[in-house]
Amino acid sequence: MSHYVTLPDSETAHMYAALMAEPSITLVPVSREGEAIPVAAGLFVAGQNPVISIQNAGLYEAGDALRGLALGIGLPLVMFIGYRGHNRKGDTPDSAAAFLEPFLHMWRVENFVVESDDDLDRVPLAFELAAKTNQPVAVAIGTEYAKESGAGE
Amino acid sequence: MISYADACRVLNDSRDEAVCVTTMTQTKYWYQVSQEPDLDIGISNAMSKASSVALGVALGDPDRSVLCLDSDGSLLMNFGSLATIAGMAPKNLSHVVFNNGIYSVTGGQPLPTAGVEYAKAAEACGYAATYRFDDVKSLDSALPDILSSPGPVLIEIIVKPEPQAEGVDQTWESNAKMPLQLRAMRKRLTGLDDWGPGGPYL
Repeated sequence: MSHYVTLPDSETAHMYAALMAEPSITLVPVSREGEAIPVAAGLFVAGQNPVISIQNAGLYEAGDALRGLALGIGLPLVMFIGYRGHNRKGDTPDSAAAFLEPFLHMWRVENFVVESDDDLDRVPLAFELAAKTNQPVAVAIGTEYAKESGAGE
Repeated sequence: MISYADACRVLNDSRDEAVCVTTMTQTKYWYQVSQEPDLDIGISNAMSKASSVALGVALGDPDRSVLCLDSDGSLLMNFGSLATIAGMAPKNLSHVVFNNGIYSVTGGQPLPTAGVEYAKAAEACGYAATYRFDDVKSLDSALPDILSSPGPVLIEIIVKPEPQAEGVDQTWESNAKMPLQLRAMRKRLTGLDDWGPGGPYL
């Protein structure tokens, strides 16, 4: 990974902090989530290996960019998505969570959910799948994982 | 006011081997003058995102100049990109905004307000320098110095409106052009021919 293109959210704040401690990774903070995929596309064209990290609510705002500049161009991009409102009981009152997996399914975006450290082996799978298919792949970071890591408090 | 054709002509005269990320009406005129098609991307299938793609290329290849030929209506849809670009401060990015006050490709409807001064907005966000031109002679004489100065710079060009009565057809072929251009550019910039087919068009 060369660049971390992000608009921070509570669910992935622990990743933000950890990645900022890694000097080889360049942070690219964007003003709105819809900018993240186009910036990543430009970076990839220039030979870099970006990832993006945005919240599920922001992914919905980024829909046209996802359509045109990720799915439409065949961009191998791993998208970390803060899974706001998700819980392991599955009875979320938050529509941002309720719509995420149906949204990704409807847009034909393969996705993995990370709810605990036991799920971390899904992250390299996401990178492999993105590279193999030339398509964006989502890794949804669960709210409870953020809280357990201490970042969501 | 400056015509699209004149603006693109003088920009191309000062382009050298800059990447050019373009969108909307100016794309047609740019393709008529550009002699570096492998360095051109027309953002035809991702509304308003030319400035963000240009930022990505500029950050990814800091030794190469990058020109973004943006539109006023497009920039209004992606206005936050001014702050994002200012924050990253790429020295190699020149952001040109064609200001005609209308949505040309949908028939010429007015923007929500015609009075936005994009150069002032970029200055307020923190661009290194901003300019505004409404005659082609001044633009032509100033461009070489502007494009060789450290960015990010914003060049607002007041252009003669050219509303399109027929609108724009999105076809399979037109939508396939952008992914092909992006692959050609990656090959040109990196020497790598490693981006295989993917997505609905390739």
